[in-house]
Parts: sequence; structure tokens; C-alpha cells
Amino acid sequence: MKAQQKQIGAPMNRVDGHLKVTGAAKYSAEYELPGLVYAVLVGSTIAKGRLTSIEAKAAERAPGVLAVVTHYNSPKVPGYDTAGKDPSQPATVGGPIKIFNDDKIRFNDQPIAVVVADSWERARYAARLIKAQYAKEAHQTNLEDNKPQAFLPTSAKKNPKSPMADYQRGQADAYKTGAIKIEGEYVIPTEMHHPMEMQSITAHWEAPDRLTLYDKTQGTLATRRDFAKEWGLPEANVKVIATFVGGAFGNALHSWPHESAAIIAAKVVNRPVKLMLTREQMFTQVGYRPYTWQKLGMSATPDGKITAITHESIGQTSTYEEFTESTLAQTRMMYASPNLTTRYRLAALDIGSPIWMRGPGEATGAFALESAMDEMAHLLNLDPLEFRLRNYTDTDPEKNRPWSTKFLKECYKLGADRIGWSNRKLKPGSLRDGEWLVGYGMGVGTFGAHRGGAHASAQLRPDGTVLMQCATTDIGPGTGTAMTQIAADTLGIAPEKITFELGHSDYPQAGTQGGSSTVNSVGPAVQQACLALKDKLRELAGAQNPTFASAKKEDVTLGDKHLSLSSNTAARVPYSDLLKQAGAATVTVEAKPGNEGQQYSMYSFSVHFAEVRVHELTGEVRVSKLVSCADAGTIINEKTAANQMKGGAVGGIGMALMEHARIDDRFGRYVTKDLADYHVPVHADAPNIEVAFVNQPDLKVNALGTKGIGEIATIGVAPAIANAVFNATGKRVRELPITPDKLV
Amino acid sequence: MNQFQYVRATKPQGAIDAVAKDPTAKFIAGGTNLVDLMKRGIMTPQKLVDINRLPLAKIERQDKGLRLGALALNSAVANDALVRQHQPLLALALNAGASPQLRNMATVGGNMLQRTRCSYFYDLTMPCNKREPGSGCGALEGINRMHAIFGASDKCIAVHPSDMSVALVALDATVLVSGPKGDRRIAFADFHRLPGDTPEKDTNLEAGELITAVDIPDGPFTKHVHYQKVRERASYAFALVSTAAALDLDGNTIKAARLAMGGVAHKPWRLTAAEQSLVGQPATEASFRRAAEVAMQGAKAFKHNAYKLKLGPNTIVQALRTAAAA
Ligand SMILES: Cc1cc2nc3c(=O)[nH]c(=O)nc-3n(C[C@H](O)[C@H](O)[C@H](O)COP(=O)(O)OP(=O)(O)OC[C@H]3O[C@@H](n4cnc5c(N)ncnc54)[C@H](O)[C@@H]3O)c2cc1C
Repeated sequence: MKAQQKQIGAPMNRVDGHLKVTGAAKYSAEYELPGLVYAVLVGSTIAKGRLTSIEAKAAERAPGVLAVVTHYNSPKVPGYDTAGKDPSQPATVGGPIKIFNDDKIRFNDQPIAVVVADSWERARYAARLIKAQYAKEAHQTNLEDNKPQAFLPTSAKKNPKSPMADYQRGQADAYKTGAIKIEGEYVIPTEMHHPMEMQSITAHWEAPDRLTLYDKTQGTLATRRDFAKEWGLPEANVKVIATFVGGAFGNALHSWPHESAAIIAAKVVNRPVKLMLTREQMFTQVGYRPYTWQKLGMSATPDGKITAITHESIGQTSTYEEFTESTLAQTRMMYASPNLTTRYRLAALDIGSPIWMRGPGEATGAFALESAMDEMAHLLNLDPLEFRLRNYTDTDPEKNRPWSTKFLKECYKLGADRIGWSNRKLKPGSLRDGEWLVGYGMGVGTFGAHRGGAHASAQLRPDGTVLMQCATTDIGPGTGTAMTQIAADTLGIAPEKITFELGHSDYPQAGTQGGSSTVNSVGPAVQQACLALKDKLRELAGAQNPTFASAKKEDVTLGDKHLSLSSNTAARVPYSDLLKQAGAATVTVEAKPGNEGQQYSMYSFSVHFAEVRVHELTGEVRVSKLVSCADAGTIINEKTAANQMKGGAVGGIGMALMEHARIDDRFGRYVTKDLADYHVPVHADAPNIEVAFVNQPDLKVNALGTKGIGEIATIGVAPAIANAVFNATGKRVRELPITPDKLV
Repeated sequence: MNQFQYVRATKPQGAIDAVAKDPTAKFIAGGTNLVDLMKRGIMTPQKLVDINRLPLAKIERQDKGLRLGALALNSAVANDALVRQHQPLLALALNAGASPQLRNMATVGGNMLQRTRCSYFYDLTMPCNKREPGSGCGALEGINRMHAIFGASDKCIAVHPSDMSVALVALDATVLVSGPKGDRRIAFADFHRLPGDTPEKDTNLEAGELITAVDIPDGPFTKHVHYQKVRERASYAFALVSTAAALDLDGNTIKAARLAMGGVAHKPWRLTAAEQSLVGQPATEASFRRAAEVAMQGAKAFKHNAYKLKLGPNTIVQALRTAAAA
């Protein structure tokens, strides 16, 4: 029987695939409400200073315009007074910008007005008629210039145990006295998220104290919390709907000015307001991977044992919010170096706040660490894979704890075989394919196997179908599909009988989709909700048939039309009888991690192997082969998991070879403002990416054994490519992206 | 976008009259460049004269050459059997530009008249003499890695982005125009201009003049041709530097050569001296390298585009190599 087939691990098609490819899936910009009007943001044209006047008359008189809101006429937002004091966000200090609250300009393109009109075109037209005058002040938009002012993050000052604090084991900066050592500076420029779907929101005040938001967000509950607070409302009065999210890499992990603007505008015109960001505004309104400078020094013994590493980093933040990320985390735990020092600093610039971008921090840090590993291997005349094996560690050297599981060696083996690592030559510039120099490189990635508490509900309906709900979002990885598979296996019914609803703040609570934590957290809640449902059904059936009353919940079998027991198939209660009184049987459960996280170090691991071709004359780089292998615990869906790995790898290709947001510091403005200037990979840049999983469960993380995939898919890809470029050409590029101008 | 009037022309003369009479009017062909610029408020025509219904889309043989109608689509030209047979270089250059979707909309005339991709031209808040004469050149002291190494002025260092035009200038094409003062023919090399003190003028086309066709004379360049475009990703990006190369070989001896570069100047940059240096030489790496050196004479870099001084000649060598081997 089909229902008995194991779904976990199967390459099941996406449950919402059909909806997505036929256009039936509704994204945040696609909600039409009665009386809906449109809002367009107007941004500042200076990076720092004060607004001295805003000329809005022409815009107000333009056809179809209902309102122009600025700090001169904005209604008071009650929560602005208390904003930024949220103890649940320890990573940041300060708070999101309070728009239309004062005359201060903190970054270029900061919203200074929002225009509301009866059509989007009219709002956009009127927005161009607004003229502002400023008192300019000198701005800082260049991190290199601001390195001397870099500071320790407040979170580290307050808590010396914070992961952002300085770290030392063994002797500080011991590499400096090593006989065999390397030292280098590495730069990652600002990178932009740019998912296919641009951010948009429809804000609807259903009553003066009831707000509904159709919003692009990675966390319906986080968004609800932020805006309930901003407007001084009970959370129950705010509803956030994000049924479909057209890709997000962290850009919807935060509440942004355009969301506040839409809500304010809706209050002013007292009608539902839709605000859609333009591609150009996506560069300035919703965060980015911060420009980061790093310096890494390493020493080793002649036989390839690392003796010391020092890794320092200065990342970019804004003047009003302290953004931090785990740039140095991988360095502290990946290799068994007895002496290790890390120092993390921030430089505050007059640019909007950064935000985590796929593989946040770790991807930046891994570029320096994994490049340095390659540099040291080269210096030692050792194969870089062999060098990594000689420094492999079976316990976490940072926390002195066992790993929950670690199958990185197995990943190395899978990947090395598939890429043909044995073809690699130790001496750079040894391999050629006609005019193309050929090289091989590898890079390792890791990310915490994070798990949080999550709730899920399950309901059996009289027709034998099951409805499950959870407030989590699905930004693209296929959460709904994976959860359906987990539920199908736990309930023992066909996936077609299960509907998994998500992306609504009224559903049972779950965390934000980010940090590769959703399957780890929501998966167990789904599993337990299904078990609880079985138990509930057993109990209900027990009232009609005593055999059920004494049965075990694991024994309960959900047939097409009736409940039975696997030990006693003769015992049957039709659903129609079972649910006669209640109409439906519903359970809601919460699944929480225990204290495993204190006993074990839990991480996902990945390794990426790249084969590149570099043109001898033009310096163009083509990734001709990429193999990504992961130890991500149990793989719930082979197809969507591989899909994640491939997407992450393509992101890594972008990071390595082309992504670069450039600012003209004289104006403090981006000169890369569209996708013609800001390059992301096209199909022709992506080779056929091969993916392999170790697929060993980590039962310390949860009963399903999952560890998370999203971040490790990107972390380590860029250095793999940079190392392959070195192997091909002998040129070491320490400042990404590796564009032809750096290689000719 | 500003408000504008839209009219559809049915006869060339009607289109010319409509635009000649109204200095705020513009022809619109594929719209792939003009509409983008209008959306950003960079171009603000009060009237659009749609020329797509004019009978100017033919690709045909003339006595000693090919005639491309101004409205022939970039994709139609690139896939045309006559073009591929007589002027394969043009097909290569076209296919190196934009994407299939854009080439299905873009026209020959529109492609020649597409405007620069300089970031300062594209940002209304920044100085740009091309967009707003007298406001200064943002790129001169700004981020200029994409900018010109030949023929720039202190008023403008932007480059012309068209790939097609690089092949057309190499192939000695002629532009046919009709205007209020009648018809005239403009050598392709004289069609685009250098910025000088008036960078707001991209070309020598006069107000109200309509491009009707481009003529390409037959030549010996039907086999040994190549368009080498170097860009920051494998496809769908403007050139850092490009080279159109065409060789007429007698055995291994070069009888005639054509060379032009893109991404280096305010106009497609013909390299006549480098062509001359190749004539009579063997088709070898050494000859190509010498020609590339000749080609780069007079090149001048700005803060971020010095790499073009090296990438430029390398691209020429690569284009010639590939052309010779074709
Ligand atoms: C994302 C993107 C990427 C691109 N990449 C490339 C690339 O890599 N290489 C490249 O070469 N190009 C590239 N392009 C540019 C593209 O080639 C041009 O947009 C296109 O060729 C313009 O043709 P059109 O017919 O759409 O012109 P329109 O946009 O219709 O017109 C452009 C201008 O020409 C004028 N005009 C049009 N026809 C005539 C005529 N017959 N007589 C007089 N005036 C006329 C119009 O008034 C207007 O000023 C790209 C464009 C985009 C949007």
C-alpha cells in the first residue's frame, strides 16, 4: 500500500510546485483588498545631515494622490519611544530606524516621504515631484578609511563570553613566532540579497487597533512582535500573512522602514496600502552582507600540523544599529590548533544596517580561513586535503566537547572522488585545456545545527485527510514539502492526504526561518503533533471500542475511512463515527530541545570542490565543475535538499566571481543600482553541480536526526573557487570578487 | 515616468514630420532602452512616435552588399541566412549582446542609438554632463572601472555599450537616414561621435532624422572572423572590453584585416593602424601581439580602468587568434 512507503528521504516533488509554476501561489504583492491604494517611498539623496525642507505641494496636487507623509505630518508612532530596547534581540544594539520621526538623515536613500495614490503608477509619478533640501554633514561610507575607529561590539563588552568577544586559547598571536607561517589580508565587498521577489507589504488597519499585514517576511511572529510593539498593540491584534515567499536570504529577517512606512500610510489614508520596493530600493532598504576586512595569520610544523592561528575581522555596521555576525566562529572550532586568537570589531558607517545573508558571517570568515589553509598547504608543499586531514579534530577544540556527530571525513571522500581530486597537481599552473588554465580547489563550511522550540497542530477531518498548521514560513527550501513527508511517515498515510499550512501568525508558534534551523525545530513539532493526534484518535476510538482504549498510540493505523490497529486490523472505527461529536480531532503540541546543546557541539559540515578554467589572455574564470558534499544529518527530501545545496553553491559562485556593490564615497551612494551593474550568476555561470550527502542521523539534535542545510550550502564555496584559481594560475586573490581585471 | 503622448506612424515621412516638429518627441522602436530610461526619469519625451509599423524590417541583398532595415530585429539579423553567409562577424557580435528576450525586441536602429551604461548617467542625483550638460562628469574622479581609455574628454569618459556597432564599424557599414532635409548616408565610423565638449550628443544624427537602413558592403570576411567579448560573467553582461576581428588569409598570410573594439570609447573604436600593421604579415601570435600594441597607442587609463590597458591588447590577440583558426 502506498501509504506505507517511507516518505522521509524520498525525492518527493514540492507540494506547492504546481501552484508556483502556474502562478496560482499568491505572494505578498498579489493581495487585492477592497479600497486598496498604493504607496511609493521617496529616499534621501544625501548620506548624512538634516532635512531642512520638503516640497510636497506638486506631489499632493498630482492626479490620484491621497497623501504625502513626511516627518512634518506623520502621525506619532507610539512605539518609537520604546523601540530598540528589545532584550530578545541580543545580537543588535540600537534599533531599526524610526522613519518620519525626525529630520535626521542616516544613510543615502533613507525614506523621507511616502506618497499614497490610487494607482502605483500615479504614486510613482508623484514621488518624483517631491523635492527636499538638506543641511549636509560629512559622511563616512568607506570601511577601509574607518578601520582605525573600529570598536568591540557592545554585546562583547557586556559579556566576555559572547561569541563576539575576543577569544584566545594557548598563547595569543603565537603564529608570529612560528618558523613556517603565512599572513594575509582578505576583503569581502558588500553583497546584496536580491531574491527574485522584491520586498512588498500590504498594510490593512481592519479597525483602529487591529492590523493585518500581507508581508514578505521570514518570520510571521517576529514581524507581528515588531509592529505590535511599534503601535503599542497587543500581539493578538496584529496578523501577519506570508503564505508564499519568493526567495529570501536573510533580507526578510528584520523589520525595515518600508514596512513601517506602509503601516503609517495606511493609518493616514485609512485604507489598505500596498507598498512594493523597486529593484533599485532593494540595494538600500533591506540590508546586505557587510563589507568585511579580515587578517589571518597561521603557523605550522614542517609535517603539517597547525600550531597557531590568529584571525581578525572588521565588519561594517550602521550608525544606529550594531549588527554582528559569526565571521570568526569556524576558525575557532574547525582545526585542532593549540594556539588560537580571534578578534572581531565593527566600524559604523553612514549606510543602512546590514543583515545576515546566507551563510552569514561564516561564509565571510571561511573565505579567509579556507584560503589560508590553501596557502599554508602550498607553502608546505602538501595536498590541501591531506593538510586538512592532518588537522582534523574529533572533539570541538573551542568548547572542549564532543561533536554530536561529525562526518566531515566522509564528505571529503565523497567529494574528492567525484571531482577527481587525484587529477590535481601540487604545482600551480600545471594543467591546461587549450587556452584555459585548469585548477582544482576545496573549501570547508560549517554552521551550528540550531534548534528552537516550535508548535504545530494536526487535525483529522472526517474524510480521512489531515490538516497541519504552523506559523513558520517557507522562503523557498520546501518546508511545506519536508513537513508533509515527516507527517506522512509518522501518521502512516499518503502525503496527498496531508495539507500543511504555514506562513500565518495565527497558526501555532514557530521561530523565524533563518539560520538553517527550520527542519531541526519544526520537524520534531510536526512529528510529535502527529503522534499526539494518533493518541487523541485512539482515545476517541476507545470510547466506542475498548480495544483502542488499551492500545498504544504507535499501534494506531489511519486507514482510508477508518481507524484501526496494526496489531488488530479487525478493530475498526470509521472516522465518521469517531468525529461525529467533535466534527474534527485536533491537537497542538510544542517540541523543545533539551540540554543536548550544552553537552555536545552540534554542527552541520560541508565541503566544496571546484574545478575552474581561467583564460590565459582574458582572465575570465569559468567554474567547470562543482561538487558539494554535506554532513547535514538525516536528509528529509533528497530532491529539495540537493536543490538547496545547488542554490547555495550558485550563491557561492556569485560571491567568488562577481557580486560587488560599489559605493561612490564622495556621494555616499551606490553606483551599482540595478542587476546590469550588480552581477549575480546567470545559468551559463553555473556548471552542473553535483551534490552528495552523508545522510547519517544526528539524534542529539532531534529525533529525526536533521542538522540543517541552507547555510553550509554557501559557506566554503567562494574559497574553493579562489583556491582553484590559485591552483590554475598561481595567482592568489584575497579580495573578492575574482573578476578578469584581477587576473590579466 | 512622465506623461507622454503616443502616436503610431504608418509612413516614414509621417514619423519624421512628427519628430522634426516637436523637439520633445522621440521615435520608439523596440523600446528596450528608451522605456528603461523613461522609467528612471533620465529621458522624458513628451511624445513617442512608434515606428514599428513602418516597412523597414527587411534584410536583403543589394548589388554589392547587404541592406538591413532599421527595424530588423537583432535576433532576426543574427539568425538570417544571408547575414551568416556574407557577414558572419555581425551575427557573432549580435549574439554576444543582451539576452534572447531583448534581442527579440531590439532593432538595428535602436541598438545603434542605445545610450551609455555609465552609472552616473543613470543616477539623477549625481553629476553627468551627458544627461545634464554643465553638471560635471561624475565618473572622471569617481568609480570608472567600466570607462573609456580612448578619445575621452574631461567632460565625459563614458563608453558606448553596443556590441553590434563594433562589428558594423569594422565592416565599413553605412547608415541610411531620412530627415526633414531629405536623405543622406553616413559612414558608420562617423555616425557616433567622441564626447568633446558636447557629450550630450552621442551621434551625428540630426533632429528628426530617422534611420532607415544600414548597408554593409560585401567583403572577403566570410570565414576568419571572431567577436571576443570579455565580461564579468559568462553571459548577459556588458563588455569590459570587446574586439571584432576579421581576416582575409592567403594560406597563412594576412591579405586584409579589420579590427574594432568595444567598451573602450564613446564610440565603437575602429583600429585602422593596427589593421594596416597586419597586412602582409603571417597570421601568427607575434603579428597579433604587434597589432595589439599598435592598437593601444594613445590609450589612457583612469583610476579604476588601468586593467583595460592590458586586457585590451590581450582581447585583440585572442580575437585574432580565434579568427585565424576559424
Ligand atoms: C538588460 C539589458 C542588457 C543589455 N545588454 C546588451 C549587451 O550586452 N550588448 C548590447 O549591445 N546591448 C545590450 N543591451 C541594449 C540593447 O541592445 C538595446 O536596448 C537595444 O538594442 C535597443 O533597441 P530598441 O529597438 O529597443 O531601441 P529603443 O529603446 O526603441 O530606442 C533607443 C533609441 O533609439 C531611437 N531610435 C530607435 N529606432 C530609431 C530609428 N530607426 N531612427 C532614429 N532613431 C531611432 C529611439 O528614439 C531611442 O532614443 C541590453 C539591454 C538591456 C535592457
